[in-house]
Amino acid sequence: MTILTNKADKIDRLAELTQSSEAVTGTSLWREAFRRMRSSKMAIIGAAIIAAFVLVAIVGPMLAPHGPTAQNWRSEVFPNQGKFVGMRGENWFGLDHLGRDMFSRWLVGARQTLLVGVVSMLIGLIIGAAVGILSGAAATLGGKVGQRVDTVIMRVTDIMLSLPSLLLAVSIAAVLGQSLTTVMIAVGVVQIPIFARLLRGSMLVQGGADYVLAAKAVGIRRKRIVLTQILPNSLSPVIVQATLSLATAIIEAAALSYLGLGNPDPAVPEWGVMLSQAQRFFDNEPMMAAYPAIGIIITALGFTLLGEAMREALDPKLRG
Amino acid sequence: MSLLELDGVKVHFPVKKGLFFDRTVGHVYAVDGVSLSVEAGQTYGLVGESGCGKTTLGRAVLRLNDITDGAVVFDGTDLAKLPSEEMRAFRRRLQMVFQDPLGSLNPRQNIESILAEGMAAHNIGKDQAERREKIKEILAKVGLPSNAMSRYPHEFSGGQRQRIGIARALVLEPDVIICDEPVSALDVSVQAQVINLLEELQESLGLTYLVIAHDLAVVRHISDVIGVMYLGGLVEEAPSDALYAGPRHPYTKALMSAVPVPDPEVEDRRERILLHGDLPSPANPPAGCRFHTRCPWVQETKCATERPPLLDTGDGHKVACHFTAEIEAGTVKQTLATGIEAVISTEAVATEAVEVSEGDAETADAPVKKEEEPATVPAQADAGEAERAEESPKA
Repeated sequence: MTILTNKADKIDRLAELTQSSEAVTGTSLWREAFRRMRSSKMAIIGAAIIAAFVLVAIVGPMLAPHGPTAQNWRSEVFPNQGKFVGMRGENWFGLDHLGRDMFSRWLVGARQTLLVGVVSMLIGLIIGAAVGILSGAAATLGGKVGQRVDTVIMRVTDIMLSLPSLLLAVSIAAVLGQSLTTVMIAVGVVQIPIFARLLRGSMLVQGGADYVLAAKAVGIRRKRIVLTQILPNSLSPVIVQATLSLATAIIEAAALSYLGLGNPDPAVPEWGVMLSQAQRFFDNEPMMAAYPAIGIIITALGFTLLGEAMREALDPKLRG
Repeated sequence: MSLLELDGVKVHFPVKKGLFFDRTVGHVYAVDGVSLSVEAGQTYGLVGESGCGKTTLGRAVLRLNDITDGAVVFDGTDLAKLPSEEMRAFRRRLQMVFQDPLGSLNPRQNIESILAEGMAAHNIGKDQAERREKIKEILAKVGLPSNAMSRYPHEFSGGQRQRIGIARALVLEPDVIICDEPVSALDVSVQAQVINLLEELQESLGLTYLVIAHDLAVVRHISDVIGVMYLGGLVEEAPSDALYAGPRHPYTKALMSAVPVPDPEVEDRRERILLHGDLPSPANPPAGCRFHTRCPWVQETKCATERPPLLDTGDGHKVACHFTAEIEAGTVKQTLATGIEAVISTEAVATEAVEVSEGDAETADAPVKKEEEPATVPAQADAGEAERAEESPKA
C-alpha cells in the first residue's frame, strides 16, 4: 500500500515538475549547431589555428624583434651567390636578400594577410548577399516582374562567374593601380557572384517551403516573409561559404601579390609579397619562400577546417 | 447565402519552356471548373486520389495559387478579384492548416514568435504582453502547455506540431479553416486526437471547415457534406451519410469499395471494384467525361464526347454522370469487368494477342485504345478468358 502511494506521489510530483517548468527554454537551431561544433574535432583544430593566426596578427608587430625594414648587413648575406643566411642566432627564419629579419617580417605580414582576407571576403559577402537577397526575393515573391528582375541579375552574375577569377582580379588591379586596397577590391569582386548565386539559390529553395506558404496564408507581408522566414533559413550555406572563401581570398591575394600587384611599400610586408620576392632565390634558398607559404597554407587550412565543420553542424539533415 | 461559395473555379498552371524567354507550351488543368458551397458552421469534406487537384483547390480559396477563372465568394466578397493587400486582410478570416506539421512551421522561430507574427500582421492585440496572454489562452485550448511558447518546432512531436499549426490559425479568430490533409502525416493514434480537437473547436468557436483528405474514414467522421473530386472536377457531392450509404457515381462506387469492412465474412464476399489503368495526366485530360477512360460503366454514346454537369439527383445528392439513373436502375450494362481476376486477365489476353497475331490489331490494342472504343473491345477480351470473373461484377 505504501509502495503504491509512493508511486502515485512520484507520478504526481513528476507531473507537477513537468507542468510548472515555466522556465523551460527551447534550443534554437543556431544554438544547437554551435553545440555540435564544440564537439567536433575538426572545428576545434580549425578554430585553434585561426585563433593563433588572429593572435599573431594582433600582437605580432609588437613582438617582432626587429623592424620590418631594419637591415642587418653581414658579410655572409649574398643571396645571389647562395649565401643566404638561414636560421641562426637571433634571426630565427634568417635574413632575406636585403638583410631584413624574416621572422619579424613574417610576424608583421600576418596582419596584412588577415586584413586582405577579411576585407575582401566582406566586400564579396556584403555586396554579393545584397544582390542575392534582391534576386531571391524578386524570384520567390515578386511575381512576374520579379522573375524578370531575377533573370537579369542572374545573367549578369553568370557573366561575372564565367570570367576566370584571377584574370578578373588582375584586370581590376591593373585599372586601379598597385596597392593593397586594389588587391582587396579585386579579390572581393571575384567573390560577389559566388555569394549572390549561393544566397539566391538557397532562398529559392526555402521560398518553396511549406512554412513560407503558411506565412502567406496567415497574411504576413511579403517584405516580412523575406526577412523573418526565408532569409534566416537561407543563411547557413552563406556562412559556410564566407569561412571557406576567407581561405581562398588569402590565397588569391597572395597570388596577386606574387604577380606584383600587391602593396609595393616595403614597410608593410605581406606573405604574398614575401613569397613573390623569394622566387628569385628559390633555387638556393627555398626556405625563404617556405615560411610565408607555410603561413598561407596553415591559415587557409584553419579556415577550411572551420568552414567544413560549420557545414556539418548547420546541415539540417544531420539534426538529431 | 452560404458563407463560402466557389463558382466555376479553374486553376491552370502554365507549362513553360524556353532558353531566354519562357514560352507557354501548354497547361496543367489542376482544377477545372469546380463549384461548391460551404454553409456556416458546417464541415465540407473534399476527397479524391493524389493528383486530383484537391490541395490546389484549397490553396486557390486562399489565393495561394492564382485563380485562372471563376469566383470564390466569401461572405459576399469575391476573393478572386481582390487586390493583394485587401486579400491579405481577408486572410485573417480564412485560415489554413497544412499537411506537413513540421514543414509548415519555420524551424528558426519559437512558437510564440510563430503565433505572434500573424497577430502583428493583422494588428490583433496592442502590445507583446497582450498578444502573449492571447497566445497562452489559445495554446491551452489546443492542449499545449504554456511553456511551449519559448520552444522550437523541432522539439515537439508530430501531433503537438499539428496542434501548433491549428493554434496558428486560431489566434487570428478566423471564420473558415481549410484543413489540407490535417492528419495524414500523423500516427493513427494521434489522428483521432487531432480530429476530435478540430471537432471540439468547431463546436466551441462556431468554425466552418473545408477538410481536404484522401482518407475516407477521416472525412466521413468529420464532414457534413462530402465532395468527391476526380481529375480537377467534382464528380459527386452529397450529405456525408447519403454518400457513404449509396454512392452513385461510378468513381465514388470504386472509391468506396476500397474501404475494408471490419467483418471478415462480409469482407470476403463483398465486391471490389478495381479500376483499370492510372489517373490520366491533368496536362492532357480526356475529352468528355474525365472518368470515361477508366469507368466500368462507360457507354458508347456521350461519355467520350460530352462532359457531364453536376446535377441534383434528389435529396441534395449531386452526381456528374450521364447515366446515373440507368446505372441505379441496372438498365445499362457494365462494360468493363472490375474484379481482380478480370483486370489481370484483360491484360494477359492483350499481351497474348500481341504475341499471336500482329494483324488483329483491334484486339491487341484494346486496353490502350480504350478511349476510342471503350465499350466493346475489352468486354470481348474478357469473354473467353475470364469466365470466373463474370460471376462477380454483376451486382
